Order: sequence, then C-alpha cells, then structure tokens
Amino acid sequence: MLRFIVRRLLQLIPILLGLSVLLFAWLRALPGGPAQAALGERATPEDIARYNELFGLDEPLVVQYLRFLGRAVRLDFGTSARTGRSVTTEFFERMPGTIELTLFAMVFAIGLGIPLGYLAARRHGSWVDSTSVIASLLGVAIPVFFLAYLLRLGFAVELGWLPGSGRQDVRMNATRITNFYVLDGLLTREWDAAWDAVKHLLLPAIALGTIPLAIIVRITRASVLDVVNEDYVRTANAKGLATATVRRRHIIRNALLPVSTTIGLQTGLLLSGAVLTESVFAFGGVGSAIYEAIGARDFAVLQGFILILAVVYVLVNLLVDISYGLLDPRVRVR
Amino acid sequence: MSSGSSSISAPPVGLGNQPVLEVTDLAVRFTRRGEADTRAVDGVSFSVAPGETIGLVGESGCGKSVTSLAVMGLLPKRNVQVSGSVRLDGQELVGADAETLRGLRGADMAMVFQDPLSSLNPTVPIGTQVTEVLLEHRDMTRKEAVDEAARLLDRVGIPDPLRRLKEYPHQLSGGMRQRALIAMALSCSPRLLIADEPTTALDVTIQAQILELLRELVVDSGTALVMITHDLGVVAGLCDRVHVMYAGKIIETADRHELFARPRQPYTGGLLASVPRLDSPRGAPLTPIRGSARDTIAWADGCAFAPRCDSAQDDCLTEVAGSTVELVPDGPRRELRCRHPIEYPPAPAGATAPGAAR
Repeated sequence: MLRFIVRRLLQLIPILLGLSVLLFAWLRALPGGPAQAALGERATPEDIARYNELFGLDEPLVVQYLRFLGRAVRLDFGTSARTGRSVTTEFFERMPGTIELTLFAMVFAIGLGIPLGYLAARRHGSWVDSTSVIASLLGVAIPVFFLAYLLRLGFAVELGWLPGSGRQDVRMNATRITNFYVLDGLLTREWDAAWDAVKHLLLPAIALGTIPLAIIVRITRASVLDVVNEDYVRTANAKGLATATVRRRHIIRNALLPVSTTIGLQTGLLLSGAVLTESVFAFGGVGSAIYEAIGARDFAVLQGFILILAVVYVLVNLLVDISYGLLDPRVRVR
Repeated sequence: MSSGSSSISAPPVGLGNQPVLEVTDLAVRFTRRGEADTRAVDGVSFSVAPGETIGLVGESGCGKSVTSLAVMGLLPKRNVQVSGSVRLDGQELVGADAETLRGLRGADMAMVFQDPLSSLNPTVPIGTQVTEVLLEHRDMTRKEAVDEAARLLDRVGIPDPLRRLKEYPHQLSGGMRQRALIAMALSCSPRLLIADEPTTALDVTIQAQILELLRELVVDSGTALVMITHDLGVVAGLCDRVHVMYAGKIIETADRHELFARPRQPYTGGLLASVPRLDSPRGAPLTPIRGSARDTIAWADGCAFAPRCDSAQDDCLTEVAGSTVELVPDGPRRELRCRHPIEYPPAPAGATAPGAAR
C-alpha cells in the first residue's frame, strides 16, 4: 500500500515538469503580455521595456523558466502582477471557497443522484425511469454557464430569494480564521455569518452540481440494473433475507462501486476550478481567480494556480484509487 | 424471524412417508406483450420424500431450472404466470405471499446454484454471507452466529474455518466456494434442498467430492434433495429416482437402476448413448442426439421430441384422435410419455447394456 502511494506520488514529478514547460511556453506565446495588460494600451515601448526589466521578463525564456522552477519547488510562485501579492497567499485565500463550493455541489449531486438512480432502476420502464433518464440527459447537455446564468437571473435577480454574487455579504464583517466562510461562522459562533455563506453557496452549487448529478443518476441506474440480475442477488433472495438486507448489502453495495469512481473523478474536476460558474456568480474561488488572471495576463498567478491545481487533481485521483481498493476487496492493493 | 420448525433438524423419514415436496401440475408461462406466451414448464408433477434424492434431467432449456425457481418462488413477478400446486410439508406455495415465501426460503427450503463464483457476493466476506442466513431465520446473537458459521464450514469440509470466514469469495478455490454455498444452504437444516447443476462449473475431481458431500448431508439429516442436472454421471451416483424432462414436460420417470438398464423413451436412450464411454474402441464415433433442443414442435401437435427422434412415426407428429401424448404408467414405479418406446426382449432383468438402446 505504502509503495503504491509513493510510486503514485513519484509519478507526479514528470507530470508537473511537463505541465510547467507547456504552461510556460503557452503563456509566453499569448499575444499581449503582462506589461501591455498592466500599463494599458497607450503605454510607450520604453514603459513596457522598464516593466519587463523590473519583473525579469526581458531575460531569455530558459533562464526565466529555470528561475521559476527553482522558486516553485519552495512553493514560491512569485507575486501577482495585478495585486502585487504573493501567489501562494492568494491561492490559499481562494482555495477554501472552491473547496466549499465543491463540497456543496457534490453533496447536492450525490444526495439526489444515488436515490434517483436507484429508484429509476427499480421502476425500470416506468415514468420515474424515463423522466430521470431524460432529465439527466438534459443535465449533461446543458452548458453550465447558461444554467448558472438562468439560476442567477431567476432566483437571485427576479425572485430575490438568494444572493446572486460573492461568497458572503460584505456588511457581515465576519471574522476570518480558515477562509472557509461557513466553517469560520461556526467556529466563531457567528451563526448569521455562516448561514449567509451557505445561502451564497446554494445557487452556484446547484449550477455546478448539475453535471455530476446527471452522471451519477445515469451510472447508478445502469449499475443497479446490472447488479439486480447478478447471481449473488438471486442467492441472497434464495436465502430468504429481508428485502432491506438484500437491497443494502447485496444490491447497493455492489452497485456503488462504479459510482464511487465517478464521484471521485467529478470531485477532482470541480476542485480544480469551476471557472465558468464562479465567474457568473462572482464567487471568489480559484476558478474566478484564473479567469481574472487570464484577462490580466497575470502569468505568475496562472502558472502557480494551474500547477497547484494539477497536484490537487492527481492527489484526489490517488485518494479515489485507494478508496476503491477499500470498497472492492478484489482490487485491494497488496 | 420464522425459525420454529426449521431449527429442529428433521428426523429421517419422521413424518411417515409424507413427501417433503409435492409438485402437482406445475406450469410456468412467460408472457411478453406482443409475443406469444412461452410455456417453459408445462404440467410437471413429482414428489420427494424425506432423505430421498430425485434427479430432474434434461438439456439446457428443458425447463428444469425454471421448475426449481418456481418451487422456491424466485421467478420474477412481472411477465411470469405460475399455476398448479407446490406443497412444502403440506403448505401451498403457489400464490403464497412474498413474506411467507421469504420466511421459508433459507430456513425450510434452500438452493445451491451452478456457478459458485458468481453466486457469491464479491464484496462481502464469506462469514457475513453465512451468518446473515442464521441471523435472519434463527434466534441467534452475532457471536453465536459466527460460531455456528465456523462449525458449518467445518462440516462441509473447509479447513481453517475461522480464517476463511474473514476471506472474500475470490480468495477461495472453486470447490471451496461451492462448499461455502452448500454451508449457507444447509445452515438452517432445511427440509428441502434443491441443487441446480452444483458441479458443472467445477473440476472433475472436485465434482466427485461435492457430490459425495451432498450425499452424506442428505443421509445425515434426512433432507429431501432435488438434483437438477444434465449430467447422467451425477444421476448415476446420487439419485434414487429420475425424472427426464423435455420441452417443459416430464417424458420419463423411473428409479435410477431401471432407467439406466432399460430406458424406454428414445430421448432417454439417446442421452445414455451419448455419454462417452472409456471402454468403447479408440476412434469410435460418439453418438449424439441429432438436431438441437430448438428443433421442437408444440406438445399440442404431437411429441415435442419427434423431429429429433429416430423411432418417430407419423402419429408422433400429428395429433391422433384428438389426444396429445400423455404421461402414462409404464410398469411398476415407471411413467412414460411416448407412443413408440424402445422395446426390450423379455431377457434376464438388467442384462441390457445402456449402449444397446439404439
């Protein structure tokens, strides 16, 4: 087990090296450049040259890359050209927002998706089944930014039931400890601050959770349909077990194996930044940070955020693999 | 839940000669919208006494497995019609409600299936799969159930049972898995055990061990055993009485020795003749039954086996005088469904070799 984990972590090194080269080359190939973005269109060439010299952008690319790499291994990704603050600091301010959003979105998707998928399979061919199949097809097909926009327009702008932007009302003046706003509210017993943060999470979480929800419904349904026809379910019934025991121990337990993989992969995807949803709701997570950084040609932020997110993604996948071994004894890593 | 009678192991032939299982005129029809109904089982009757072993023999698709699933009440409810009567110790099972059947299954009647690997839940330890039956049907604490499970595994010949209880199905060999399934089936000392091709998926050497185990258990506990098989070797080694099925009907019934010595239905004769024999000359061709089970006609139109039968005559293929071919008594303890059975000269009984049937 330990060797497996270490091997997977070592695999991260070539992945990150390759990714950093790609990122570095790609960002430099973009038209414009940070100086232009920072100084505006009417900046003189002298201004731009001075700016580039100041940030070391006039040196050969290889030198720039190696310097970047040398600092990156110490978790120093430089300073943001836009805010002048450390990229690492910015990341740790932004990431909690995205983690909260991902958790809410996945709770929504799992809590609704597994029961719906199970129900659709057990009522195979009924209206429950066909409705959930069609709805989940819609859920996968609908562009997430469009759904996010619709939700915001309907529930925030028109009806005014829920807030439509940000992570918390600024007038709350809430105390910050971990930058997880809900958690902070609970820790400091500022209940209204926590509740306000939750309300801010609801709409983006629903928008973001729709695709995972649709995928989970479909996979759960297909998987339950498979499992109920398995010989071991017949054996369980031949043993005269209570319906609830057959359902829990013999059907759902096995049907959830493929679902758990999906949940892991989707969680990884959401954690690595919901750029569109966060932008629509002006939600201060890593996704909107990347969006803003692209607009500003903020190389340092882009490089730093994307590299850290790659690490997060690989780690989440590692967790998925490990948990899969716990769920299914046949693939348990020895 | 419904422990009661099952926990007291039945004395062999305790209830006089009351049959444990009595199946009368059982029929199973599969109905699908827009398709003609399929009669998978059609008027099947048989009974099993305590301690007796009967064989239901036939090719794939002859209805033997559907019969057993109908007895257990394990057929799906949708698109399936079961009629006739199935009595377990006198209690009618056809039309009984789901909870009653659930209480009987695993406790009073149990089943062992064909493929031991796919019949065991891959994600649940063997121990849990044994104890869950005990906890369901017998008034036991978890601790008692674990002890009993270990004792059961030991009884079916699994060494080091305490360790095996913690293992998963994929960690056991094929023979071990089938032993574990048998242990589960026997855990509540059922009155009736149905074994659906229990040795088909196993190595030949293991097959013999499993059959021997089943035989011992039946003798020890007085359980009535129904062996479902297409393997005449299994029949020869185990069954007291044999029912040969074809296209959903029983076509010949006889005691084992009688059936092997003098098969009367040409189909039974063909089955016996198609068994490869070690004493036949090298290179001698095997003698299969020609055609396949799909070359059949409806029983209403004559004899379903007629299209494949060498002895078939015109009256086998057409309905004669408004009557289908009936299952009729054919000597002591024998029944036969055939218009032109294999005839034997009045020779000394038992002298005819099975191969001579053709």
